Amino acid sequence: MNEVVQTRLWLAQRISAVVLAVCVGIHLAGIIIAVQGGLSAAEIIGRVGGSGVLAAFYGVFVLACAVHAPIGLRAVLAEMTDIKPVSINGIASAFAAVILLMGMQAVLGFLGLGGG
Amino acid sequence: MHKEHPWNTFKEPFILNPMPKMLAVKIWRGGEDGRFQSYDVPRLENQTVLDVVTYVQRKLDPGLSYRFACRVGMCGSCAMTVNGTPRWTCRTHVSRVAEDGQLQIAPLRNLPVIKDLTVDMRDFFDKLAKAGGAFQATKTRTDDFAKIPPSDPRRHHADAGIECIGCAVCYAACDVVAWKPGYLGPAALNRAWTLVNDARDGMGDKRLSMVAGDDGCLACHSQQGCQEHCPMGLSPTAAIAGLKRAVSVAALKSKL
Ligand code: SF4
Ligand code: SF4
Ligand code: FES
Repeated sequence: MNEVVQTRLWLAQRISAVVLAVCVGIHLAGIIIAVQGGLSAAEIIGRVGGSGVLAAFYGVFVLACAVHAPIGLRAVLAEMTDIKPVSINGIASAFAAVILLMGMQAVLGFLGLGGG
Repeated sequence: MHKEHPWNTFKEPFILNPMPKMLAVKIWRGGEDGRFQSYDVPRLENQTVLDVVTYVQRKLDPGLSYRFACRVGMCGSCAMTVNGTPRWTCRTHVSRVAEDGQLQIAPLRNLPVIKDLTVDMRDFFDKLAKAGGAFQATKTRTDDFAKIPPSDPRRHHADAGIECIGCAVCYAACDVVAWKPGYLGPAALNRAWTLVNDARDGMGDKRLSMVAGDDGCLACHSQQGCQEHCPMGLSPTAAIAGLKRAVSVAALKSKL
């Protein structure tokens, strides 16, 4: 992997960090506002489940996670372990795939609820 | 006696611990698998750590190896680990670092020990070259001087890092160097940043490619261990932040 790809990964991690910060902010604010009225998690999901807008929002959230976390894991492994770079790239890619699959499964599940 | 001026507020400091007569000094002897050896060295006023090492070598243990040249903080050859901290020893007064009359002097971290207090500096200097640390001239001696106004912002960036003496104190202080032996390190990247900002230099984007990537400026954690310890008061961290910006822009413009 040459320095151009490495630099692009680094940039992707910074940009995804910005996206994550915004997503976490909206996510937390949404929950805090929603529970003010005494709603439980199940009740909230019952009302908004199936919303295309929210599904798209959480899709972006998952995507940002899948970009951000594996690149960070790659850097940590490179600094803290003696694992070969090729293997580190493999582990990080697998981690990205797991986040993407699990996250998207949750988003699709949410979309399929069809309540809102 | 001098006449006492009202503005003269100087008073003799109240001395809590009078200067001890002797220093208990522990110095690293041998290679990587060496050990500390103890010496008693007379405590003198205005004594530097380098004075202490020199006393040991001249009077107590002629076999002790260490490096120095200028003794005035210019050559960068005398750096050692003093009571756990990397320092230039010729300009470090014992009074500032001795804890209860104790001094522990070891070779610099992050470089292979050759013997006693001397380390193999090859990695450090090779990395200066790897980071594009050599000036690439665009003019010859027959050309006129380059005219760069003192107000030029790039000149300010270059000026901020130009006084590096190559002592490797920052390199020894950097944890990323310890974790990732391939990392170019603060001094090499600081040097590269001065040249990136040197209007007379002709290497251009090629230097940015040399400092980009996993072993270059992007590996820096910005925790400022280097600038905390740099005896010249430089900030490699700021230089590296500048490189990160320049490298990012170059990557986005596909110029790396
Ligand atoms: S700021 Fe960067 S170069 Fe300086 S000590 Fe920390 S990681 Fe090393
Ligand atoms: S940047 Fe400072 S600490 Fe590092 S080599 Fe140069 S003078 Fe020494
Ligand atoms: S002996 Fe030259 S810098 Fe210390």
